[in-house]
Amino acid sequence: MSIGTTEIDQTGAAPMESSNNSPREPIVRVVDLTKSFGGLDVLKGVNLEVERGEVVCILGRSGSGKSTLLRCVNHLERPDSGAVVVDGFVMGYRAKGGKLHELRTGDAAKQRQTVGMVFQSFNLFPHMTVMENLIEAPRKVQGRGRDELVGEARALLKDVGLLEKENAYPGTLSGGQQQRVAIARALMMQPKVMLFDEPTSALDPELVGEVLEAMKRLAATGMTMMVVTHEVGFARNVADRVIFMADGVVVEDGPPSQVIDNPQAPETKTFLSTLL
Amino acid sequence: MSITSQAAARGTSSHERLAAQDQPPTDVVQLKHPLRIASAGLVIFTAVAGGYSVVTNENFQWDRVAFYAFNPQILAGLRSTLILTVAAVTMGLVLGIILATFRISQNRVLSGVAGLYLWFFRGTPLLIQLIFWFNFAALYPRLGISIPFGGPELVGASTNDVLTVWFVALLGLTLNEAAYMAEIIRGGLLAVPKQQTEAAQALGMSQLLLFRRVVLPQALRVIIPPTGNQVIGMLKYSSLVSIIALPDLLYSAQLIYSQNFETIPLLIVVSLWYLLCTSILTVIQRRVEKYYGRGTASAPTPKAAKAIRKEKARLSEVPA
Repeated sequence: MSIGTTEIDQTGAAPMESSNNSPREPIVRVVDLTKSFGGLDVLKGVNLEVERGEVVCILGRSGSGKSTLLRCVNHLERPDSGAVVVDGFVMGYRAKGGKLHELRTGDAAKQRQTVGMVFQSFNLFPHMTVMENLIEAPRKVQGRGRDELVGEARALLKDVGLLEKENAYPGTLSGGQQQRVAIARALMMQPKVMLFDEPTSALDPELVGEVLEAMKRLAATGMTMMVVTHEVGFARNVADRVIFMADGVVVEDGPPSQVIDNPQAPETKTFLSTLL
Repeated sequence: MSITSQAAARGTSSHERLAAQDQPPTDVVQLKHPLRIASAGLVIFTAVAGGYSVVTNENFQWDRVAFYAFNPQILAGLRSTLILTVAAVTMGLVLGIILATFRISQNRVLSGVAGLYLWFFRGTPLLIQLIFWFNFAALYPRLGISIPFGGPELVGASTNDVLTVWFVALLGLTLNEAAYMAEIIRGGLLAVPKQQTEAAQALGMSQLLLFRRVVLPQALRVIIPPTGNQVIGMLKYSSLVSIIALPDLLYSAQLIYSQNFETIPLLIVVSLWYLLCTSILTVIQRRVEKYYGRGTASAPTPKAAKAIRKEKARLSEVPA
């Protein structure tokens, strides 16, 4: 996996779907998803499909359920009802005899390999160097060889412009650098989908650009991405589709030209007007 | 001449106003702290006087201290104390880990049992626990495996044969130590942010792997300092076993001075040995703390730096 420059689309338009071998099969399907925390309904029946290679930005106010939706996709949160299907597998369950059987934690962990995630607070492992952060999971989980992984990790670090930091501890890096390392770390597992949970919200304003740039280049390689963000500019320029969520449901879903530039739902209009 | 001293000489205002065209002086005279110097002097004087008294007071019998310092009986006692400490801390650690995982378990029976254990063993004095185990035969004269609720005995032995003083000492110290270690370990595990677990889960790590590689190393940074205190504490608390006549460092000395009444020199010998051991443990504790503080400390320790260099060398062998 590389987010090198070879496949960059210079026009900045929608990425080429070159790696797309079954164009009409969605890689992520969210079906009637509900989730509540202590009586508070955070998701009230979300339905959503994401095509292979598609970049989907999810906008909405705090508390609208965006992050919870994302965390359900890789089963960090267990939904109350409904299902998330990634690449044909129901996350967290085994479909058998018309019922969903809950997976043992070890099997659920294996499933998550197909889904990479980047967190708001980076969550790098502070006791490991950058290189160790990158090769730990593929080495221990996928049993791949150290030498091979070090080479791959260097290629990814080069892509995000941090090759010289491979022996640094995360605590010595800026927020923007940490988040770029976190992106590289997630890519080391060769995921089929990448989730971004407000990846720039914890950054100082001057560091936002470098992270968005790395994400933009990743999008250009044809990676399927679901991005919860407040960066409307990023959504407009990079996303193929924008989803607006309010109060636990999807209220608007379409290309950025429609959802951002010509919103229909009153919630979307209010939200976007507060950002201007 | 500085501003301060001029002001002090005039004794009026603390500042001398400079006219607009005047260049301010640039030489700085630092503030004196006469009271600090005086109190430091007083402390030094007291320490020297006390030290002189300790050295010259013949009642300390320093020659007898030297005579007993390497007495074989004392050294055997020291050995017992060290063995007791290491064994009790090790077994206490293992039991403590089990108790800590019980305590944070979602299962209410497990966490309840662990809570009850902590309540009892932290709530009663160690000295009483030791005496209690020593007299356990009064409660159960025989120990063995039998059919429960009064059935026949399958294998068994007299309690007093099983519970030797060593067994009782280790049992008492371990059970008590485990209670404290459990709380230390639980605190360490809870100190690792939940996001670390989530990040590891998102990378597909299993519970065991993420515990071993992500949570535990970070928890150890929090666990190590109080554990060091526990080891140092155990070295000293193990002297309580002298009450059940186990010949540890203290009891060995007691055995000698109960016969020849050279109480003071022998207690000094014992104290010096304890001090030496705790000093060594303190140095070890600092080293270990620095190792587990890597990634958080501003500069790597020499040992960590060496480890990093080694890792770099290993990585550079891999062709880029």
